[in-house]
Amino acid sequence: MHIHKFEKICISVGIATLIFFLVVLGYGGFHLGVHPQSHAETIDPGNVQAHEAFQKENLGLTQVSEDQYIVNVVASSFNYDLGVDEEGKPIRHIRIPKRATVLYQVATIDVIHGFHIVGTNVNMMVEPGYISKLETTMNQAGEFTLLCNEYCGVGHHMMFLTVEVYEE
Amino acid sequence: MSLAKRIIQTEASTVYLPITKPESKLYMSFIYVAFISLLIAGLMGLLQVFVRSGHFTLPFGIDYYQVLTVHGVVLALVLTTFFIIGFQYALMGKTVGISAMQRSWAWIGFWLMTLGTVITAISVLLGRASVLYTFYAPLQAHPAFYIGLTLVVIGSWIACFINWRQLYVWKQHHPGEKSPLLAFMVNINMIMWFIATLGLAAAMLLQFIPWSLGFSETINVLVSRTLFWYFGHPLVYFWLLPAYMAWYAIIPKIIGGKLFNDSLARLSFILFLFFSIPVGFHHQLSEPGIDTTWKFIQVVLTFVVIVPSLMTAFSLFATFEITGRKKGSGGLFGWWKYLPWKDVRFLAPFIGMLAFIPGGVGGIINASHQMNAVVHNTIWVTGHFHLTVGTTVILTFFGITYWLVPHLMNRQLTPSLNKLGIIQSITWAVGMLIMSTAMHIQGLLGGPRRSAYSDYGGTAQAAEWGAYQMAQAIGGTILFIAIILMVYIFIKLAFFAPRGEEEFPIAEEEEDAPPTPMWMERWKLWIVIAIALILFAYTIPFIDMIQHSPPGSPPFDWPIGNR
Ligand SMILES: [Cu+2]
Repeated sequence: MHIHKFEKICISVGIATLIFFLVVLGYGGFHLGVHPQSHAETIDPGNVQAHEAFQKENLGLTQVSEDQYIVNVVASSFNYDLGVDEEGKPIRHIRIPKRATVLYQVATIDVIHGFHIVGTNVNMMVEPGYISKLETTMNQAGEFTLLCNEYCGVGHHMMFLTVEVYEE
Repeated sequence: MSLAKRIIQTEASTVYLPITKPESKLYMSFIYVAFISLLIAGLMGLLQVFVRSGHFTLPFGIDYYQVLTVHGVVLALVLTTFFIIGFQYALMGKTVGISAMQRSWAWIGFWLMTLGTVITAISVLLGRASVLYTFYAPLQAHPAFYIGLTLVVIGSWIACFINWRQLYVWKQHHPGEKSPLLAFMVNINMIMWFIATLGLAAAMLLQFIPWSLGFSETINVLVSRTLFWYFGHPLVYFWLLPAYMAWYAIIPKIIGGKLFNDSLARLSFILFLFFSIPVGFHHQLSEPGIDTTWKFIQVVLTFVVIVPSLMTAFSLFATFEITGRKKGSGGLFGWWKYLPWKDVRFLAPFIGMLAFIPGGVGGIINASHQMNAVVHNTIWVTGHFHLTVGTTVILTFFGITYWLVPHLMNRQLTPSLNKLGIIQSITWAVGMLIMSTAMHIQGLLGGPRRSAYSDYGGTAQAAEWGAYQMAQAIGGTILFIAIILMVYIFIKLAFFAPRGEEEFPIAEEEEDAPPTPMWMERWKLWIVIAIALILFAYTIPFIDMIQHSPPGSPPFDWPIGNR
C-alpha cells in the first residue's frame, strides 16, 4: 500500500500527539491517583438504610477529625436527603471550612441521579445498587450549587442543594 | 430474477449503473421519513430552547421531558437511521446493483422500521415514555416504547443483510476484482452497525422488554447501561461514516478532482470498524461500578479512533490542494480560491468539515479519563454533539440531499435552489455556532444538560447561566428557520423542480493511482479482529459486573409522570 511522504509525516505527528496525551492521562491516573470514581461497592437499593452511612442519624455533614469531613446523602426523585436540622426541618444547605478534606458518599433509593457540585470536580453518577464515593479537598471558598445532572423524572430540575465553603 | 446489471468497464473510467424507478422509490421512502423527522424533532428543539430561556411555558400540560424525548429519539435514532440506510442503498444500487428480490426485502425492512417508529412515537406522545433517547433503567417506559425501538433495529438488520448480499453477488460476477470503494464502505458500516446493535437487542430482549411487561421483577442497571453504551458510541460512528463516504468518494468529484487514495480510504474504514465499538466505557467514566483500569483501557482505545479521523482530514485537504494545483493555483493555500464555494453540494459538507475540528477536540476532552469530571452531564456535552452530529453529519447529509434527491426524482438542482441552499447552510452554521458555543460555555460553568428551566433556588452560579440560555434560544430559533428552509428545498427538489438530469457524483481514481492491495478484502479477518478487540475490552469487566452485582432494580414509572 502506497502512503505519501507528507501523509506519513502528518499521521506520525498525530499519533505521537495522541501518545503524549495518553501518557499525561496515565500519569495523572496511575501516578497521581486522579481517577474517576470506580470503587464498585454494592448496596441493596431497596434497603440503603441497612448501610451504616445511610442511616437517618448519619446523613448530612459529619466532622471526623480536625480537617476531615464526611457528607452522606440519600438521593431520590427529586430530593437529596441530608437529614434534618435541630428544628426537624430538612437540611438544604451545608457549610464546610476551606481546605477541609471531604468524603462524599451517595446512594439512591430509586432511579439514577447525578451528583454535581458545580464549579468543582465533584461530579458523579449515582446508580441503584452502588455507593458513589469521592474524596476531595474544598480549596475554593464560595457558595456552590449541588444539583442533579442526570435525568431522573419530571422534577429533575428541582433537585438541588447548596454547599458553602467558608474561610476560617 | 438474477442480478443482471453489471458494471461496464471502459478504458478510462467506470460507468455506474442507472437507477430504475422502483429503486428510486425505495431509496426516496427512507429519505421522506428522514425529512418528516427533521421537521417534527426540530420543532421540539425550538420548544426546548424556549423553555430553557425561562420566558416560556409549554401549553396543554405538555411536559418538557416529553418534548426532549421526542427530540432525541426522532433525531438521533429515526432521522439518522432512515437517511443513512436510504443513502447507502442508493450507493449500493449505483455501484453494485440491487435485484428485485433484494428490493422486496428492503421494503419489508422499511415497513418494519416505520412500524417500530410509529409504535414508539405513540407511546411517547401519550406521555407514557418520557425516558429520553437513552432510556436509562430503572426509569420505566411503556413496553411499546422498547418494542417499537426493537422493530426499528430489526428492520435495519434487514438492510445489513441486503447490503452484504449485494456485494457478495457482485463479487461472484467479478472474481479477482476489488469491490467498488463505496460498496466497501457501506459494508464496513453495516458490519459495525450489526455488531453494535447486537448489544442493544440483547438489552431489549433480555432485559427491558420482559421487565417492562412484568415478566421479570428487577433489572441489572449497570449491565443495561453497559450494553447501551456498547451500542451508543458506535452509533455515533454509524452517523459519521456515511458523511466520510461522501467526503472521501463524492466531494472530490464535485470539486472536479480525483479520489486521493483508495487504499487509505479503505484502511481508515477498517480502523473505524476495529476501534469504534470497544470504547463505550468513556461514556461511563463517572459510574461507580466499573474498575478504573478498564475505563482507562477503553480511553486508550477511544484515542486510537482519532487516527482514522486524522487520515480522513489529510486526504480531504490533499484532494483540495491537488485539485487546486491542477486548476493552476500556486502557493501553500492558493487552492482555496479554486474550490467551488458557490456550489451548495460542496459548501454544506465543507462547513460540516470545519465544525468537526472543534467537535473532535471536544470529543477528546469528553473521553479523557479525568477531564470528563469537569464536563460530565453538563450542557457542554449537548453542545459537543450539536457540533459533531448536528453540524458535521447533518450538513453533509444536506449536501448529499442536494444532488441525490433530484437524481432519484429526475429533476434539477436549479441555480435558484442552489442559492437558497447556500443561504440555508449559512443560516444553519450561524444558528449552530451561537447555540453550540453558548452550550459549551454554560457547560464549563457547570450548567446541567437534560434539565428544564430552573433557577436552583436563586444561586449566583445558576444566575450566571441565564445569558447563555438566552443565546441558545436565539441560536435555536435561527436553526429552526434553517430547518423550515431545508424542508422547503427538499419538497421543491423532490416534487417541483424542473425535470432534468442531476449527476450522481462518484470520484474516480487517478490514472496512475497505485493499486489497492487485495488484502483489504479480507472481510472475515476484519470481523475476527473487531470481535477480538471487543472481547478484550468487555469480557473481564462484564464478568465482574455480573459476579459482583447488587440486587436488581424494580421498575419506576411514576418519576416520568406515568401515573
Ligand atoms: Cu435527578
